[in-house]
Amino acid sequence: MSENTPGIPESSTQIGVDQWVERSDENIERRRGLAGRIGHLWELIPPAGKLAFLTPAILVPFLPFVSEGNLFNYGLFILIYALLALGLNVVVGFAGLLDLGYVAFFGFGAYAYAFLSGTHSNKGHTYSHHWDAQWSILVAVVLCAVLGLFLGSSSRRLLGDYLAIVTLFFGQAFVVFTNAADPYGITNGSNGLANVDPLTFFGFKIDTTRGYYWFMLGCVVVVLIVLYCISESRTGRAWKASREDPLAAEMMGMPVNRLKIMAFSLGAAIAGLAGSVFAAAQTGAFPQNFSTQVLILIYAVVILGGTGSLTGMIVGAIVIIASNQVLDSTSPPNVARVLFYLALIAAVYFTMRGSWVRLVAAFAGTVVFGLVVHAIVDAVWSRGTAGQVTSGGFLTGLIRNWVLLPTNPGRLAVYGYLLMIVCIIALVQLKGWWRLVVLVPTLYLTAFVWENLLVQQPAVTRYVLFGALLIAVMTIRPQGLFGTAKVEIG
Amino acid sequence: MNDDLRQRLGNLGGLGVALLVWTIYAVYFSPTQGWVFFFQLSVNGIILGSVYALIALGYSMVYGILKLLNFAHGDVYMIGAFIGFGVLTLLGGPLNPAIPVALLVLCMFVVAMLGSGFLGLAIERFAYRPLRDAPRIAPLISALGVAFFLENSALLLFGAQFRNYDGFDLISYNGIHLGGDNGVFIQYLGVIVIVGAFLLMLALLALVHWTRLGKAMRAVSFDREAAAMMGIDPDRVIAATFFIGSALAGAAGVMFGLLFSQIYHLMGFLAGLKGFTAAVVGGIGSIPGAMLGGLLVGLIESWARGYLNGNVSDLVVFGILIGVMLVRPSGLLGTPALKKV
Repeated sequence: MSENTPGIPESSTQIGVDQWVERSDENIERRRGLAGRIGHLWELIPPAGKLAFLTPAILVPFLPFVSEGNLFNYGLFILIYALLALGLNVVVGFAGLLDLGYVAFFGFGAYAYAFLSGTHSNKGHTYSHHWDAQWSILVAVVLCAVLGLFLGSSSRRLLGDYLAIVTLFFGQAFVVFTNAADPYGITNGSNGLANVDPLTFFGFKIDTTRGYYWFMLGCVVVVLIVLYCISESRTGRAWKASREDPLAAEMMGMPVNRLKIMAFSLGAAIAGLAGSVFAAAQTGAFPQNFSTQVLILIYAVVILGGTGSLTGMIVGAIVIIASNQVLDSTSPPNVARVLFYLALIAAVYFTMRGSWVRLVAAFAGTVVFGLVVHAIVDAVWSRGTAGQVTSGGFLTGLIRNWVLLPTNPGRLAVYGYLLMIVCIIALVQLKGWWRLVVLVPTLYLTAFVWENLLVQQPAVTRYVLFGALLIAVMTIRPQGLFGTAKVEIG
Repeated sequence: MNDDLRQRLGNLGGLGVALLVWTIYAVYFSPTQGWVFFFQLSVNGIILGSVYALIALGYSMVYGILKLLNFAHGDVYMIGAFIGFGVLTLLGGPLNPAIPVALLVLCMFVVAMLGSGFLGLAIERFAYRPLRDAPRIAPLISALGVAFFLENSALLLFGAQFRNYDGFDLISYNGIHLGGDNGVFIQYLGVIVIVGAFLLMLALLALVHWTRLGKAMRAVSFDREAAAMMGIDPDRVIAATFFIGSALAGAAGVMFGLLFSQIYHLMGFLAGLKGFTAAVVGGIGSIPGAMLGGLLVGLIESWARGYLNGNVSDLVVFGILIGVMLVRPSGLLGTPALKKV
C-alpha cells in the first residue's frame, strides 16, 4: 500500500503515523530523568531559537582572547554580513526575486545614519545633526523600507531578468549619486562622510568594538527570531508559494504583488539596520563601501549558505567573511596560504569522494609528481628553482623543495594561470581514471600559480575564488549548504 | 501579426518624430552652442553607438535563444580588448609596427574575435550548460560569478593600470571635415569603426537569414523542443550563438581600444550595462532592434555628455532604460512576450 502512495518514496525518512505509535513507548522512555527532560525541552525549541542560543554560547568563550582589531575584522564583519544575508534571503530566498541593487539599501542606511548623527560640510552647506542613535537608526530603517517599497513596486510589472537588471541599475545609480551627482553636498562626494557619532542610546554611549559586537549580536539574534516567526507564518508560506509558482499562488487568492513588495521592503529595512550600525562602527560612510564587490560578497554568503535557510545565512557568513578577511592584504600571508591549500584539498575531496583509492592516489600522485618535476627542472634549468618563497614562515623549506620558483616568474606565472583554467575546464569534462590523470598536474600547477602569482595578491585572489565559488555552487549544489532542494514544476 | 507590425511601425514613427523635434530644438533654439556642436555630438554618438550595437547583438542573440541574461558578456568584451592589445604589443606596438598597419589592425580584429569567441564557448560549456534545466535564478547567479571571475582574473594578470592602444598614432589623426574647417570633424578611425561595425552586422544578418545555421538558430529560439524534434541539436546551436555573440563583443572591444585608447579590467561592466540597455530599448531578441538600440544609446549618451555633464550621462541612460522597461518592455522592435500557462 504505502509502496505505491504517490509523493512518498520508499526510502523516505519521513515517519508515518504507524511508526510513530510503534515508537511511542521508546520515546517516553527517552524522556525519563533530568537529562531526558532537558533533551526533550531542547527538541521543542525551533531551529532559529536553537541557533540564537548556540551562537553566543560558541562565540562568548573566545571573546576575551580576541584583540580589538581582530574582533572588528572578523566578529563584527561576520555579524554585519550575516544580517545583510538574512535580509537578502527574504527577497531572494523567500520571495524568489533577484535583487541586484540590495547593496544600495545597505549604503542608504549607512548614509542616512551618518547624515543624521554626524557633521560635515560640502559645497557651501554645513550639516550638523547629532541625533541620538535610537532616532537616527529608526529613521534610516524606515527610509530604507520606503525606498524598498518604491523599488519593489517596479516588480509589479517586471519579472525575473528584467527585475534583476532594473535593481542592478538602481545600485549603480546609488553609487554614481553618492560619488558625484549630488548638488547639495549631502553625501560629500567621493570623500564620504567621516565625522560620524558612535551609537548613543538615550545618552548611553557605545564606543568600544566589543560594545558594537554585542549590540550587533543582539540585532542578529532578534532579526533571526523575527524572520523565523515570519517564515513560519501565513506570510512566509505565501512567499514560498508565490516563489514556486506565482500564477498558482495568485489563483489561490494570495496577493502576489503585495507579497513581493513586502519582501523587498523588509529586506531593505534589514539592510538599512546593518548599514547604520556599520556607519557607526567605522565612524564613517564612504562610496567604496557599497560597491559591486560587496554585493557579490553578500550573494556568495546567501548562495553558499543556501537560499531560504536561516541557519545557512549564519554559517555562510562565517565561512565567507572569515576567508575574505584572512585573504585580505593586511593579514599575515601564511594564514592565507594554509587556507588556500585547505580549500584545494577540500575541493579535491569533493570531486574524488566516490572512491578512497583515487583520493589517496590523487594526493600521493601530486606529491610524487611535484618532487619529480622539481628534480628534473633543477637539473636542466637551474633558474627555474632559484626564486624566493614569498613570506613562507615555517613552510618555507617544504615549498622550496616541491614547487617550482623561477627567479622572475612574471610571464610564466601568467601562462600558468591560463593553463590552470584550461586544465580545470578539461577536468570537469572528464570522468573516472582520466580525471585522476589530469588532476595530478592540475593540482601541481595550481600550487605553482599560487606560490608565484596569487600569494602576492591575496586580496584579488579572494574575489576570483568567490566568483568561481558562485559558479561551482550553482552547478554542483544549487541549494547551497543548508537549503532544501527546490521542487521543479513541469 | 498585423497588430504586431503596426505596433512596431508606430514605435518607429514615434521615435522618428521625437528625434526630429529634438534635432530642430537643438539646432535652432539651443541657447549657447550652434548646429556644429550638435552634429559633432551626433557623429561621436553614432561612432560610440556602433560599438554598443555590437555588444548589444551578443546580449540579444543569447537572450533570444536561451532566455538568459548573460552578465558576463561585458567582460568578454573587456577580454577581447586585452587580446587585441596583446596582438598589438606582440607585433611591435603602435609606433613601430612590424607589418603593414592595415594588416596589423586586421590581425588584431581576427585574433580578438576568435579569442573571445572561444572564451564565450568555454563560459557556455562550463557555467551555463549544466544549468539548462535549473530554476531561472541559477544561471543568472552563475553569470554573475563568471563576470566577477573574469574581471578579477584580468586584474590579476594585467594589473590595475590603464593600457594604451594609441589608436590615433597607429592609424591617423586626420579625418574628414564636413562644412568647412570649423565644421563637423570625423576622424578616419571613426569612419573605420562605423564601417567595420556595419559590415559585421550585415554579415550577421546574412548568416541568420541565409544559412542553415541561421535557420537552426531561429528555430531554436522560437521553440527549442520542437527544433530538437526536427533533428536540430540545440546544444550545438546554442554554442554557435555564444561563439558568434562573443566574437562580436571581442571586435567591439578592439574598436573601443582603438577609439578611446584606454582599456582596463573594469571597462566591461558599464559597457555591458549599456549594451544591455541597447538590446532592451531595441527589443531584446531582435537583431535589427539591437543595432537600432545601440545607435540610440550612443547618441543619447553623447548628447547627455555634451549638453549636461559627464557624471549625469550614465544616469540618463539608466533612466531611459528603466522607463522603457516599465512602459514598453518589448522595446522598439521586439515582439510582446506571451506568457504560456
